[in-house]
Amino acid sequence: MADSSKLTVSASPHFHCGETTAALMGDVLLALLPAVVMSGVLFGWHSILLIAVSVTACLVFEYVTRLLLKRPNSLADLSAAVTGVLLALNLPSNVPWWLPIIGAFVAIVVVKQFFGGIGQNFVNPALVGRITLMVSFPQYMTANQWAVPTTDAVTSATPLASIANGDLPSITEMFSKTADVDPLSMFLGLRPGSMGETCIAALLLGGLYLCVRKVISPVIPLVFMGTTVGITWIFGQNPYYNLMAGGLVLGAVFMATDYTTCPINLKGKIVYAIGCGVITAVIRLWGGMPEGVSIAIVLMNILVPHIEKLTTPKPFGYVKERKEGNV
Amino acid sequence: MAKPLPSSVLCKPVCRARGGVHPPHNKFTAQSATQTLPLPAAVTIPLAQHIGAPCLPVVSVGQQVFVGTLLADRTDALCAPIHSSVSGTVKAIGPMICAGGRLADGVTIETDGNQTPDPDLQPFPVSSAEDLVAAARACGLVGLGGAGFPTHIKLRPSPEQPIDTILINAAECEPHITSDDRACLEDTPLIVRGMHTLLAALQPKQVIVGIENNKPKAIEALVREIEGNPDAENWLRVMPLPSHYPHGAEKILVQVATGRRVPAGKIPSFVGCSVLNVSSLAVLQNFIETGMPLTHRRITVDGPAVINPQNLLAPIGTAIQELLDFVGVHEPPAKVLSGGPMMGSALLNTAMPVVKQTNAVLAFDKKNDLSDRHQAPCIRCGRCATACPMSLMPTLIERYAKINDIENLRRVGVGVCMECGSCAYSCPAHRPLVQYMRLAKEIERKGRT
Repeated sequence: MADSSKLTVSASPHFHCGETTAALMGDVLLALLPAVVMSGVLFGWHSILLIAVSVTACLVFEYVTRLLLKRPNSLADLSAAVTGVLLALNLPSNVPWWLPIIGAFVAIVVVKQFFGGIGQNFVNPALVGRITLMVSFPQYMTANQWAVPTTDAVTSATPLASIANGDLPSITEMFSKTADVDPLSMFLGLRPGSMGETCIAALLLGGLYLCVRKVISPVIPLVFMGTTVGITWIFGQNPYYNLMAGGLVLGAVFMATDYTTCPINLKGKIVYAIGCGVITAVIRLWGGMPEGVSIAIVLMNILVPHIEKLTTPKPFGYVKERKEGNV
Repeated sequence: MAKPLPSSVLCKPVCRARGGVHPPHNKFTAQSATQTLPLPAAVTIPLAQHIGAPCLPVVSVGQQVFVGTLLADRTDALCAPIHSSVSGTVKAIGPMICAGGRLADGVTIETDGNQTPDPDLQPFPVSSAEDLVAAARACGLVGLGGAGFPTHIKLRPSPEQPIDTILINAAECEPHITSDDRACLEDTPLIVRGMHTLLAALQPKQVIVGIENNKPKAIEALVREIEGNPDAENWLRVMPLPSHYPHGAEKILVQVATGRRVPAGKIPSFVGCSVLNVSSLAVLQNFIETGMPLTHRRITVDGPAVINPQNLLAPIGTAIQELLDFVGVHEPPAKVLSGGPMMGSALLNTAMPVVKQTNAVLAFDKKNDLSDRHQAPCIRCGRCATACPMSLMPTLIERYAKINDIENLRRVGVGVCMECGSCAYSCPAHRPLVQYMRLAKEIERKGRT
């Protein structure tokens, strides 16, 4: 009885599943590991270095901004590290070392912390970082100058850029002409491109891990990829090629599924993923840019509050309120 | 099991429940037969043990009372009468903190050790629905599953919607608690006789016991008992439910058993169902047969801090500390719950008494009291919305509650929240979502007037 005053009193429930934000982010990092390793294998040690620079920059910016804004340190939730890895994987491997730092500044300081930190950003930080770099430094980001895997200093247009430039008028021709973009090579990542987007095998492995661990639901990746592939197929492009080339898998698995910037409910997720898929397909088919995944995701991110409002499920036993006088 | 259970008594749920979570079952006391707690020297019986107004005392200090003597009642408001759980002398009547933190009078009785039943107690034969309602009231019965809603109100026949299905709630989906499980095993004949009484008085099409499939022994005992009664076999059913929290919630039980959805703001009788807790039924049938009202409770005493977890039969009004002393605790507990870990309330102190709704007392040590949890910002992962059995979006409701947005709280239907705790249980950011849901409901309720 003497200790009765020392009892903890708290609101129910008194059990917790044990999941934490840091553990979820840790799972995402683990799921990205195959892609990181493959970027090193395909593009050399330089790409690992770039990833390290990007992650470090994100962590430093996160720490400093939180310090200046007099908010609690949030490095431990690992979200800044995830942003760092994703930003780097969205860059070509032969960009200058300082480029990811600028991207990290935009992602962490402008997009994330200025809007209130984790959970408050309305667009995907890593993607806005990438788009900013694409617009500001086209010479590094969009030129047909990207490194070709496992070769030294040879550059080549990415497969999608080749189509947009009219260099490769038909997919069938391209497959027969170019030895290094046969179906298996493309699945394994033996093609020019951003350092994390090329190895589809590694990305799917990571995606599978996230689905099995129930970190993400497979709805968004499947609907997103299905929509893009379906539409481009209808308009005469090779579906396999459209799935493998560009950043579709990286975007659909790791970027479009970002918790903060995608709808919560199933119906909303489907609407959002179809939107992402349609915009990507439209940009690929008729756009001025070769690739549209990042633009598509960011555009749909902005629409999420509206999608969410229109797709809120009806609560249990919900009955429509009768209008006045209509009894 | 000796032989396969007959399929004529067993029946299957008609649909699946949405959402929910899978907390560890922790039914450590499932095998422990109920022990009777040694009679305490004194009990303090609160006069507010139900949803509704506190009762007014009908005894005075110094008066001799017996087991089952009426202590308090009132006729002008919603309440369930209170009876003495011991024989002895009334020592004091004064204000005390009751369950849920509200202040009401309590009657302190010094026990004489004889536990003499009140000589005036008479069996209460029931032959009609009105009799049943009167019996439930006279018995002082409330929902023993934890809600504390007066049973006689629930059983009152509604003129618009005849009751065609009576559900006996033995789901017991909360972790740790096994008191209903033990009731099914130890009072099987009483429960089945109670089902007969309900059948005769209310004349429903069927009486179904809903019970989670993690209690195979209780299921078997009930099926065997019903089986031995061929004339009622067509009406009485046992429905094993998936062990999935919160299947014991009234609206969820009605949904999985009948496919009917209780509309927001309505009670199950609106869709022709009546839900009664299995322990409540046992107490009611006992009252009908012997006249002994609700005076004792079967309580699961368990938790990481408890040395010898078990089920105890304790007089209402016993201090929680007496239960903990009987089972032993490793160290002074850091948190003591009345009820289960998902919906139970943390007690202010262990001098608080056992009340009618106390189905469990759980003691947690420092390591398990969750006081070290670090609240982080919401990352909109959506786990709360996926877990919500009522299809609400707790994260959104938290935001609306913080800015007092009455209109949006009403639009998203916050009123249907039953505070089951599935959202907060699954939140990786450890947000106190149930607390926000309570706040949101309060804001919405005030905004309505």
